[in-house]
Amino acid sequence: MKTGRVSSYFEMPKLTYRVWRVWRRDQDVFMKTYKVNFIPPLVEPLFYLVGLGFGLGGFVQPQEGLLYIVFIAPALVATSMMFSSFFECTYGSFVRMYYQKTFDAIITTPLSLEEVIAGELLWGATKSLINSTIVLVVVSLFGLVASPSALLIPLLSFLVGLLFSAIAMCFTAITPNIDSFNYPSFLFITPMFILSGTFFSITALPVQAQVVANIFFPLTHTVALTRALTVGRLSETLLLNLSWLLVTTPFFFVLSINLMKKRLIK
Amino acid sequence: MKSEFLIEAENLTKKFGDLVAVGKINFRVFKGECFGFLGPNGAGKTTTMKMVNCVLPLTDGRLTVAGMDVTKQAREIKKMIGVAPQEDNLDPDFTVFHNLIVYARYFDIPNPEAHKRAEELLKFVQLEEKRKVLMDQLSAGMKRRLILARALINEPQILILDEPTTGLDPQARHLIWDKIRSLQNQGVTIVLTTHYMEEAAQLCDRTVIMDSGKIIEEGRPSDLVMKHVGEEVLEVAYDEEVLRFLRNAFPDARLEVVSDRIQFFSNQPRGVFAHILSEFSFRAAMIRDANLEDVFLKLTGRRLRE
Repeated sequence: MKTGRVSSYFEMPKLTYRVWRVWRRDQDVFMKTYKVNFIPPLVEPLFYLVGLGFGLGGFVQPQEGLLYIVFIAPALVATSMMFSSFFECTYGSFVRMYYQKTFDAIITTPLSLEEVIAGELLWGATKSLINSTIVLVVVSLFGLVASPSALLIPLLSFLVGLLFSAIAMCFTAITPNIDSFNYPSFLFITPMFILSGTFFSITALPVQAQVVANIFFPLTHTVALTRALTVGRLSETLLLNLSWLLVTTPFFFVLSINLMKKRLIK
Repeated sequence: MKSEFLIEAENLTKKFGDLVAVGKINFRVFKGECFGFLGPNGAGKTTTMKMVNCVLPLTDGRLTVAGMDVTKQAREIKKMIGVAPQEDNLDPDFTVFHNLIVYARYFDIPNPEAHKRAEELLKFVQLEEKRKVLMDQLSAGMKRRLILARALINEPQILILDEPTTGLDPQARHLIWDKIRSLQNQGVTIVLTTHYMEEAAQLCDRTVIMDSGKIIEEGRPSDLVMKHVGEEVLEVAYDEEVLRFLRNAFPDARLEVVSDRIQFFSNQPRGVFAHILSEFSFRAAMIRDANLEDVFLKLTGRRLRE
């Protein structure tokens, strides 16, 4: 197998139902400590809503025609999708791969490495679903969910989680060590957290920055979709946002599995 | 009974870049035997095991397990193999018992059956009392036993043991040896790697000695000892005069000087050394049985390996 060729990064993984065995393993670990696992998505949005929504919101003019707290509430749901899945498949997967040798143990059984990675990605997507749904519930308790279309958000969160997990897994496949996750965390995730139409309308950015945010930031599209579904403002531009996610997700899904194969199978 | 081979390697080769980890080796493992790979660190033992276990692709050559090609039928092969790796890759988040249950799932073993087997295996490796314990509370010996139990969860026909007792105290080591023997009696084919010669001599029906990616010798442990170092060894403290004297007395014996001791290896039948010790006395002299370690050191040298 030539390693240099571009096509070798996009070979279709051969997956079977066995990917769910890996998913089950990760879920088992999660359930052992579920009480502490539920703290972040329950507590974090409370502080953002109180601090930013009620506090800062008193000084901020409505964004995109929405009261500030109404504007940021869906963004909290969207960012929880990003954080939970991205960190699951960077730090979490790296610890399992490198320190615990969990992947090594699994591939001596009938599972393939491709299936192990796919299972990890599905688990990352599931983390996104779990966490963002909890945030959604918290936000709705504040009366900040106006439309029944918000019921589609969990579905969206799985797709978004899969995308961020796959991007995360690409970094995991190339990172020399666990400390180097600071690069994607602070040069990719943090800028996105601030600049994706999360805490202020994206139109407030310079045009060039808007273009960058729309082309390169998955969170921009995630926030737009989540906000529209939360407040019930559905329009055709949402199809563009959704298309962006539907194209990039399989791209990174396949790429991340191939990158991991190159890292682990010499 | 016709003996058949379960694992067959022809010109098996593995390269990592320019480094030849395993270079054109040939071997056959028969059904029901205990087959040992001996060699210093970096000899290519673990690499070979990983190819048999279908987790490392071959660079060249052919390797079949139960007649199946490892490059084509990896899943079928992995179903019939149990692997106890060198390193601890138990799941630290799970208890002893749950480690076995989760592993059973990877083999599609239904849950009630998995529970039944896990119970039996914990009894087999004497860990029943530790079933609810997490990994960080297990000793090294207990972890090895749990890894052995885990490797048996799919009732494998072939058991691969990569340095099964490295780092264990004698009690733990003997317990593992007992278990390996009893598995062999049950008909499990065992392939093990080790750099403990005593382990190989105790357990293996046949061994190959590897060095720098090559198989340099193969045979039954006792035959290898006879062939390369004879039956017994005379060791005395180093002394120029003694050395000269003994050289004259045993012109055919191979001798080796190791730090402050002289070792004489005779190809004569047992007893020649006893005779001279009855007439002369040397400082710190002793006669001992030649062993596999002598063979190993003769063939692979005394250079340190990293």
